[in-house]
Amino acid sequence: MQTKKGLLSNSIFYVFVSGIGIAMIYPILWMMASSLKPATEIFNNAISLIPSQLMWENYSAGWAGFGGIGFATYFRNSVIVTSIVVVGTLLTGSIVAYGFARLEFKFKNALFACLMATIMLPVQITLIPQYIIFNEVGWVNTFYPLLLPGLMGGQPFFIFLLIQFIRGIPRELDEAAIVDGCSKMGIYWRIILPLLRPALVTVALFSFMWTWDDFLAPLIYLNNSTLHTVTIALRNFMDTQGSTSWGPLLAMSSLSLLPQLLIFAFFQKHLVQGIATTGLK
Amino acid sequence: MEKEKKIPASLSLESRNLRADNLSGYLSISPWLIGFILLILGPMLASLYLSFTDYNLLSAPNWVGLANYQNLLSDGRFLKSLEVTFKFVFISVPLKLIFALALALLFNTGRKGSSLFAAVYYVPSIIGGSVAIAVVWRQLFGRQGAITQILSALNITDANLIGNPNTALSVLILLVIWQFGSPMIIFLAGLRQIPLELYEAASVDGATKIRQFFSITLPMLTPVIFFNLVMQTIQGFMTFTQSYLITGGGPLDETLFYAVYLYETAFEYLRMGYASAMAWVLLIIIAVITSIFFLTSKYWVFYQSEGGR
Repeated sequence: MQTKKGLLSNSIFYVFVSGIGIAMIYPILWMMASSLKPATEIFNNAISLIPSQLMWENYSAGWAGFGGIGFATYFRNSVIVTSIVVVGTLLTGSIVAYGFARLEFKFKNALFACLMATIMLPVQITLIPQYIIFNEVGWVNTFYPLLLPGLMGGQPFFIFLLIQFIRGIPRELDEAAIVDGCSKMGIYWRIILPLLRPALVTVALFSFMWTWDDFLAPLIYLNNSTLHTVTIALRNFMDTQGSTSWGPLLAMSSLSLLPQLLIFAFFQKHLVQGIATTGLK
Repeated sequence: MEKEKKIPASLSLESRNLRADNLSGYLSISPWLIGFILLILGPMLASLYLSFTDYNLLSAPNWVGLANYQNLLSDGRFLKSLEVTFKFVFISVPLKLIFALALALLFNTGRKGSSLFAAVYYVPSIIGGSVAIAVVWRQLFGRQGAITQILSALNITDANLIGNPNTALSVLILLVIWQFGSPMIIFLAGLRQIPLELYEAASVDGATKIRQFFSITLPMLTPVIFFNLVMQTIQGFMTFTQSYLITGGGPLDETLFYAVYLYETAFEYLRMGYASAMAWVLLIIIAVITSIFFLTSKYWVFYQSEGGR
């Protein structure tokens, strides 16, 4: 009786959970399947996930881009911006976190409170003056406005995450290093940074995904189409060619998600742990 | 012998250390500090000033006092965007969290494959905010879209959900709920923190599963619920990309999110002063709602260390 009941509740569980699971990944599978469908099928056979023939041409047509600029340019732009932001975030974020976690200086608590407050600050509040400033110094239509936040410690949430992690590293290690004649920066470089690696991986992954996805900043600062990132290019593709070439559009959409999906495939445990412990997005 | 030597040396070292610490401390946080002053604090003050002017990027700002704020009160589109955004946040956030909690509870039963399913459920949270998914959503729910066709085959509705003023907002709400994976994982982590002894003791006392849920699980989870509620609500008020790309704020402004209207005002109509006033109103709204959460938290958030409420 007991086992029968267990069997029943188990089957209900798996049916239910698989049902929701299908609904969860249906849009993603649909995107990938449709990116390989012939143009007419995307609408006439919309629900199906199986193309009647594999139209790899959609990918080459999409890659060729529109308005004379290919997606190679857009991907290159996204890679440049994202890699600089990620590397900058790791370097500056970790050193800022080290300062807050380990060094004593005047107004530290007040400044830490400022850091925490900026986590909840809506971007809209600084958007307009930032634009005016970058416009004044002639940085509109350059990558600098997109790169600068990454060179200034990155997202405050990342700094906070790193601070919390450094606080967990035993101080005895620092003290031993001081006895051995290590300087403050020596401790950061030789002791903290190597031990910080797990947290840095989490920060790198999320920083990569958020920067890769970013839409608002490139939308505001990049008007010159040779500078457009993948997100902006996709949006323009949708607006100008969307009604005629859904296949190539969905092909490029799938391609744009590839980095995130690969990160998920390889670092799934790391991501899940990252949000479970810190509450990241 | 060694100790005697150390006392005077360490004293002088300490005062030197303190000065050195001030220097190295500020040096190490300088990337953030410079960024904070130049990109956050300065712009915030500038934005406050601009909100009292008619700045339009082309000519110098003129002081207009409270005119921008007064005009907001009679701006129909602004009031509409407030209504839409509140509706969006107060429907999508609770639904998303209820889904997240329900599935976290289901996965917490430890059945085989749970972590695999949980991982799959998390995928939409990773990519949900992307332009690619906006493209997909626009197609799935648009005219002749796959979901539209499924709904019409089931005889639920024939309409193009995105083009219909009554349903467009729900398409965007659905996109948010679809991303319940990340709060679900936070809930799962919270559930695993609850000591099993509590349940064992309750079982011994004859408490039913339902009773255990309301007396143990839910109270012990309140800090996590609180955290998710605050973060999701703030995010909800700032939502931009989805509405901008999928519905363009339409039809009939039914999905005109606050952030979309602000963007249009600032960067399409170049009414920077007016948009700055909107940004400050948004900040005040978020601050008020967040403080309501924090002020009421002592009545419903249960912290273990206090040994009660």
